[in-house]
Amino acid sequence: MDISSAPILSIVTFLPLVGAVIIGCLNRDAKGNARWIALWTTMITFLISLLIWINFDNMSGAFQFVEERDWLDIMKYKMGVDGISMLFVILTTFLLPLCVISSWVVIQDRVKEYMIAFLVLETLMIGVFCALDLILFFIFFEGSLIPMFLIIGIWGGPNRVYATFKFFLYTLLGSVLMLLAVLAMYWAANTTDIPTLMTKSQEFFSPEMQWWLWLAFFASFAVKLPMWPVHTWLPDAHVEAPTAGSVILAAILLKLGAYGFLRFSVPMFPLASQEFAPFMFVLSVIAIIYTSLVALAQTDLKKLIAYSSVAHMGFVTMGIFTFTTQGVEGAVFQMVSHGIVSAGLFLGVGVLYDRMHTHEISVFGGLVQRMPIYAALFMVFTMANLGLPGTSGFIGEFLTILAAFKVNTWVAFLATTGVITSAAYGLYVYKRVIFGVLVNPALKTIKDLSYREIAIMAPLVFLTLLFGIYPAPVLDVTAVSVKKLVAAYEAAVGPAAALVVP
Amino acid sequence: MQYLSIYAPVLPEIVVAVGAMALLMFGVFRKATPGGDFAAAWLAIGVLLVAAVLVATGTTGREAVFDGAFIVDGFARFMKILVIGGAVLVIIMSFGNLARQGLLSFEYVVLLLLAVLGMMLMISAGDLIALYLGIELQSLSLYVVAAIKRDEVRSSEAGLKYFVLGALSSGMLLYGASLIYGFTGSVDFGVIAGVAQGQAAAGNIGLTFGLVFLLIGIAFKISAVPFHMWTPDVYQGAPTPVTAFFAAAPKLAAMALLMRVVFTAFPGIAPQWQQIIVFLSIASMLLGAFAAIGQTNIKRLMAYSSIGHIGYALVGVAANNEAGMQAVLIYLAIYLFMTLGAFACILSMRTKDGMLEDIDSLSGLAKTNLSMAFVLAMILFSMAGIPPLAGFFAKFYVFAAAIKAGLYPLAIIGVLASVIAAYYYLRVIKVMFFDDATRSFLPVERGPGFVMTIATLFVLFFVLVPQPLVDAALAAVQSLQTIVPVP
Repeated sequence: MDISSAPILSIVTFLPLVGAVIIGCLNRDAKGNARWIALWTTMITFLISLLIWINFDNMSGAFQFVEERDWLDIMKYKMGVDGISMLFVILTTFLLPLCVISSWVVIQDRVKEYMIAFLVLETLMIGVFCALDLILFFIFFEGSLIPMFLIIGIWGGPNRVYATFKFFLYTLLGSVLMLLAVLAMYWAANTTDIPTLMTKSQEFFSPEMQWWLWLAFFASFAVKLPMWPVHTWLPDAHVEAPTAGSVILAAILLKLGAYGFLRFSVPMFPLASQEFAPFMFVLSVIAIIYTSLVALAQTDLKKLIAYSSVAHMGFVTMGIFTFTTQGVEGAVFQMVSHGIVSAGLFLGVGVLYDRMHTHEISVFGGLVQRMPIYAALFMVFTMANLGLPGTSGFIGEFLTILAAFKVNTWVAFLATTGVITSAAYGLYVYKRVIFGVLVNPALKTIKDLSYREIAIMAPLVFLTLLFGIYPAPVLDVTAVSVKKLVAAYEAAVGPAAALVVP
Repeated sequence: MQYLSIYAPVLPEIVVAVGAMALLMFGVFRKATPGGDFAAAWLAIGVLLVAAVLVATGTTGREAVFDGAFIVDGFARFMKILVIGGAVLVIIMSFGNLARQGLLSFEYVVLLLLAVLGMMLMISAGDLIALYLGIELQSLSLYVVAAIKRDEVRSSEAGLKYFVLGALSSGMLLYGASLIYGFTGSVDFGVIAGVAQGQAAAGNIGLTFGLVFLLIGIAFKISAVPFHMWTPDVYQGAPTPVTAFFAAAPKLAAMALLMRVVFTAFPGIAPQWQQIIVFLSIASMLLGAFAAIGQTNIKRLMAYSSIGHIGYALVGVAANNEAGMQAVLIYLAIYLFMTLGAFACILSMRTKDGMLEDIDSLSGLAKTNLSMAFVLAMILFSMAGIPPLAGFFAKFYVFAAAIKAGLYPLAIIGVLASVIAAYYYLRVIKVMFFDDATRSFLPVERGPGFVMTIATLFVLFFVLVPQPLVDAALAAVQSLQTIVPVP
């Protein structure tokens, strides 16, 4: 069969599910086999997904690798990727093998179920980014709640039940409102085809209807992103989730919200987006400043990273709602970069947790004396998290702030203070954990990274530095799609409205 | 013999009626183990399957017999298949349990057959008299079945409560029917539809009164809030196999009856009944969601859950459009599978010391019996309406209809209630998956295992081939819309 005609997106999406079924057929005690099958499945999925990147046409802003099949009277099975979504498919398939390896030793209880949950989750997450039908998107989007609920609830920390309920119900509450909006869009436009809705939304939806639809989608994406003030589920979920669960949550599930803004809110409801842009700026700036300050006061490592995630997502929303090429590109870059960096940070915390069974900052100190390799790798992620030039964290923040500066100087100014506070909490926590005197006697025998752990961290460090120095691979892929998005927005709101407010 | 052929559409009902009576004779003249009459149960299943085949292959199109009192159309066929299918599956999964309790007597089986007959008559009812006869045949059988475990206080209490409240509702229904007859001059739905339209009928206080009482009577049968009081007690008190039967078939039949009444007899004064249905729907969804939170008994939980589900199905009725009716049928079909699957799990909650009904006794089920925990979890996630499981599509279609009809507040309240309801479904899943095991159940029997398998396959794989059910529901609904022309 010719590679280019194969339904590659469906293969990448459903291959993990096949792996999950195979694991499901194993007998109860086959822990090792379950791990190996999960690893092979995720690795093969990753390799196949690289074909998408290789065959991707950077010069085209249209959806590529489109597959379409009849399914149900009101919707079609339609998959496809463009420059915005393609990177997230790769990011997902890239992180999953790392998650499997990082859980290799830690997870000894119900290994089979654990691996099945992760593989099912992978299918659903890839599906979200590939879906080109509103209802198909919704099915993948909300379906991911089930495996995540079980992952946090079964393999999580002591307060896991509270955290997982909060996560589930918060997200569900947001997304049911989106479901109603999806239905209203269907009856108004008589189609759920995303490309059609993106290009013809002005014919289908009146400005007033856009306003309501925008709010309904906002309810879902703001919770998922999460934006201040509906971010409170995130620290709880992060603290209680197992390491790999935190990685997925921070690196991919949070991106679903921002991806939703880019895919639905801005192109489909441009008039409402324009109207709500100041509101989004306010929420973004609050998220950046407030949660950075909150992060400064945390005593739990995972909570600190969780709050810093909220702050970083603030840059993403700020970038998106500048409606400029730089802003949106910066937002997408920030999402990719945060996916890599936060994964690295959570894996780093996981390494400590595996040894000490706590994420309390006060327990640690002076780790550099026992764990030099760890200290070096963790420093790369910390520096990337606070946006040091030369790491991938810098590019996204810089581009979004640059774009915001052109649109509204005050927003840019306030967001920049967030960069300072993020440096403050980043350096402060690094100092407390890595440097200082090694006083805790339990730390005197702590071991440095094993080869397995280095193998997990190394690719992430490499990408963090690579994209920091040479961001072109990411920016080239997104450029055309982002330009198309911005052009469509400007055409919709009219040239007069696109004028900037100094 | 030629003149008999006009009764061909009634053949499935005749088969069930004759089958019930034959079984009665069979039981009387034969010596069987008391309380362990497997032969009678298998024969009843046979009778029901024959009836189902006759329903599916018999008439096509729309036929009315007995002067329009009995209507067979696509809608009736769709609902009868569901009701009979539900009854068959309930009998299959409850054999073992009933025999252990010494309740599997031929009387029980005959009563179930008569109840199914009553439901088939309700579904096909074309006038108010047939409607009442169907309801009473069904209800009287069920009153007895609820109290079948007569040496246990709770079962007797359940039967008595059901009877008293059921009789009250029948009284109201009859009162409403008499008012409607008085103001329209006929009991035939077609004739009523002809009279009950226009401004004059909408403003006619007597007709509205009759409609309200009629709807109250039906609301009792579908246990819509505020006429739901009997449900939790009866669900809890009745033996579990009987509860499973209550939750499945009668609800479907009563919903079919409601749809036929409002859509074929009162389409002309739709705004009058629409507001009643909207109220019932909102009240049922909210009470079903909130009241279930505090339950510790899984049967009571299922009772409130079923009240909530009826609320969602009523959203489709309230929409008063073709999409809404289609959505109700889809909802009921999916609800049937989910309920049966859930009760198959409840029937499998047995230890050496007997049946357990506490939610807490499910703790750690994922460690002791992963497949049962998985089945129940999938069914509960589906009931909560999480995609890609079947329950999502059920809710999806009713809310789509509500949005189409412009009932935005109803849709918003509905989805919010579904989030609250998700909490108590999750709580059961939490007990099974997150808590530690305290006990282990006996292995799942073949009957419940069979039903669990069917229900799980349906819930999981409905997403792959949803179109057949959707099309069948649409065809059924389109046949319902034809109204008898007024002579």
